[in-house]
Amino acid sequence: MSGHSNYEPKTGFEKWLDTRLPIVRLAYDSVVDFPTPKNLNYWWTFGGILALMLGVQIVTGIVLAMHYVPHVDYAFASVERIMRDVNYGWLIRYMHANGASMFFLAVYIHMFRGLYYGSYKAPREVLWILGCVIYLLMMATAFMGYVLPWGQMSFHGAVVITNLFGALPVVGPSITTWLWGGFAVDDPTLNRFFSLHYLLPFMIAGVVILHIWALHVPGNGNPTGVNVKSKEDTVPFHPYYTVKDGFAISVFLIMYAAFVFFNPNALGDAVNYVQANPLVTPQHIVPEWYFLPFYAILRAVPNKLMGVLFMGGAIAMLFILPWLDSSKVRSMRYRPTAKLFFFIFVLACLILGYCGGHLPDDKIIPKLTTFTLMDADMNSMVWLSRIAALYYFAYFLVVLPVLGLIETPLPQPESISSPVLSHPANAPSGAAASPEKRG
Amino acid sequence: MLRQGFALAALGLAFLSGSAVAATTMEEPKGIHWSFEGPLGKFDQAQLQRGYKVYREVCSSCHPMNLLHFRNLGDKGGPFYDPKYPNPNNNPRVKAIAKDYQFDDIDSDTGDVVKRPGVAADTFPKPFPNEPAARASNGGALPPDLSLMAKAREGGPAYIYSILTGYETAPAGLTVSPGKYYNPYFPGDLGSFWKGVADKTPAGGFIGMPPPLADGKVTFDDGTKSTVANEARDVSAFLAWAAEPKMEERKSFGLAAMIYLIIFSGLLYVSYRRIWRNVAH
Amino acid sequence: MRGRGFLGFVPLQVEFRRIRLPEAHSGVLGGSKTGRGVSAPPPQPKGSFKVADTVVGANPDPHASGEDPNRRDFIHIAAAVAAVGAVGGLAWPFIDQMNPAGDTLAQASIEYDLTKVADGQQVVVKWRGKPLFIRNRTGKQIADAIKDDHADMRDPATDESRHKPGKAQWLILIGTCTHLGCVPTVGGGDYGGWFCPCHGSVYDTSGRIRKGPAPKNLEVPDYTFLSDTKVKVG
Repeated sequence: MSGHSNYEPKTGFEKWLDTRLPIVRLAYDSVVDFPTPKNLNYWWTFGGILALMLGVQIVTGIVLAMHYVPHVDYAFASVERIMRDVNYGWLIRYMHANGASMFFLAVYIHMFRGLYYGSYKAPREVLWILGCVIYLLMMATAFMGYVLPWGQMSFHGAVVITNLFGALPVVGPSITTWLWGGFAVDDPTLNRFFSLHYLLPFMIAGVVILHIWALHVPGNGNPTGVNVKSKEDTVPFHPYYTVKDGFAISVFLIMYAAFVFFNPNALGDAVNYVQANPLVTPQHIVPEWYFLPFYAILRAVPNKLMGVLFMGGAIAMLFILPWLDSSKVRSMRYRPTAKLFFFIFVLACLILGYCGGHLPDDKIIPKLTTFTLMDADMNSMVWLSRIAALYYFAYFLVVLPVLGLIETPLPQPESISSPVLSHPANAPSGAAASPEKRG
Repeated sequence: MLRQGFALAALGLAFLSGSAVAATTMEEPKGIHWSFEGPLGKFDQAQLQRGYKVYREVCSSCHPMNLLHFRNLGDKGGPFYDPKYPNPNNNPRVKAIAKDYQFDDIDSDTGDVVKRPGVAADTFPKPFPNEPAARASNGGALPPDLSLMAKAREGGPAYIYSILTGYETAPAGLTVSPGKYYNPYFPGDLGSFWKGVADKTPAGGFIGMPPPLADGKVTFDDGTKSTVANEARDVSAFLAWAAEPKMEERKSFGLAAMIYLIIFSGLLYVSYRRIWRNVAH
Repeated sequence: MRGRGFLGFVPLQVEFRRIRLPEAHSGVLGGSKTGRGVSAPPPQPKGSFKVADTVVGANPDPHASGEDPNRRDFIHIAAAVAAVGAVGGLAWPFIDQMNPAGDTLAQASIEYDLTKVADGQQVVVKWRGKPLFIRNRTGKQIADAIKDDHADMRDPATDESRHKPGKAQWLILIGTCTHLGCVPTVGGGDYGGWFCPCHGSVYDTSGRIRKGPAPKNLEVPDYTFLSDTKVKVG
């Protein structure tokens, strides 16, 4: 958005269009000529991967909607009809189901990249917040989408999550009834979830456009966290990053294809192949893997309302992150102490996910009983998730605010193009040894 | 390296977070190999035919398969597929099987309910007209639909095989509920039925189905020995096909896709390195 | 830079062109090439500084002649072709899924027991979502139809061509008027064939259009006799 456009329409048609709707110019400026830092590593390819996965989900979803019937008596059978009778229906269904998991995998890597390299810091706060909005919309879309096949987990998962709203004081039960459209999760609920599941991805697409717009104002961040100083720090997006992103996408597709074609049900739950029965609850209600960390936080808190608030709070932390981190240094490459806390944070998120997949009373070390603290044995998933959740909140509310004030960062390079090896005679003053050290 | 490791660990997490329920126990399904396992596996058509026979002669008296139609038996990859009849509606074996059953129909002149012989488009017949009838005939238990059973249980066909071959006499100290049968491969919580040492509670549970198979119960047309193990193996393979008739097509498409993607990635990598050759980054 | 390439050799002309590039013009972010000391590094022995070529090679101006050697490299064309191939290969399932599914195709053929149709009567059966006329013609109806074989009509056809050999008694037609799709009534019209009440099309006892706006005769579907009394349509 900032600066001069180098687009020169060549053909008569291009010139005619450019004076009426400069859309080719916009595309040229955004993805062909756009000056991009030349030092981006592979963690930066996940934005492109996410754009692809959004497209894949929308296309496969629209096609599935041609065959799916959003009624409690037909939903399950219509999905099986897609799997058995619709030409290539099995492919489209497995692509959509596994595509959701791949979408979340990519978004988590994309978010962790943002946390590590300080992509949320000024002037990119709005970019970060738009990303959080996309993440929220993704979670809502995925939740509603999982209900649609109307299997046992679809139904009972919907029951659990919609019942959470009942925890809100005064208005809670009314909101839950309003969400259900009845006295329980039933046909009205399914029908409206289908409508909203179809709608939300297009809202995601709109926010993605804002997200890319917000990115293009300051330009991309880069692994050093140092601003682009001159054109020599950049390369045009095409062909340098179109091809690099293309390569990363094709490697990602290999993993996606491995799931779709050779293990399509690995990330799902077998019990969802049983048709929903409101009168029988499955042994073990578990959300899909990408929700497990939040599920763990929800169950870690002994009080229903507080659990909901903490679960929401965990997501709210992301929104206020730009104002929590006090460090003037963007990239954790040059913040060795913060880097350590970051890796522990990643570990805490993985632990929360692990706990979310188990029953709260399951033992961490099997067969070992220690002492009971409050409501559960110390050797239990619920206590492990409490510790991990505590670290999760502490990372945002204590570590990041405090660390920025007290840590001594490593010297950062003067610019992206700084020499790889510094020579004392040539290095600009202040640059210490190996400023471009990979970290 | 470490960062890549974390990305992979996040994926591996998915595999770790399977259910690990404290009180419910069961024996792990028996390790058994199938012709259709692995990325290049295929169904064995003769096995599917034998398995269908077991289903039809033993299981179908109680268990419906409402998602299967007779024509599916003649689909590509199915038990009675014949390349001469790409349209299963014309397949003579499929039509013969369908004709064995009578289905309700409306007389177009009088409007009365009459019976007509089945056609390829009909679904497998229901053993009971509705759920209460099914429960009444089975001591209150509902025999589940088997169309998706091989995907609806952890362990899939191995789980089904283990249950069918795993019936044991209950160990002394275990009080079996009336009308139920002890099976170590069926999930259950037997703590309250066990009078022995608490941490030696037998794994498994009580299943409402009596042992359905017996040696010699189903005669196989191709001469395969009719043992419980063979019957169980064949019907489990048949159920695996019934749950996912497109499995072979999926794997062959997948092989082509993977080869293509690997080559494509190689091309893109070389293209990428060529473009970036002279840029320090 | 030698040795950085994936392949063993480096085309010499690539480096030549790179060195001859013009200087950077003002770009999006402004600033001149010679900013602070860093962007114009002093000459260094090759190998210790990767940056020497960067300054000149970083922003090839795509409009300068001979500037973008990458464009012509075979590998990029191959990769682009592979990408198009992947998209095309994946497009087919998405197109084919809209074709009739397995269960729809299963309804595609029906078998009918002709003993249910009395002499001179017609039965209407639903086939592929449309009405199907199965008419048991009387001798007189057959004779009338043959008599008119060469009469003046919009869509000439002999009666023989509209039934199976030796089975003149059985006329099986799709019961949709070829004008705008209404279902004609049996026995009406001047010829005792069919009459379409919507716009007055008249068909004879062979289902041929004789009067009215319909352009073609009633369509004869694919069918075979499985036996004298059983017919399979579709």
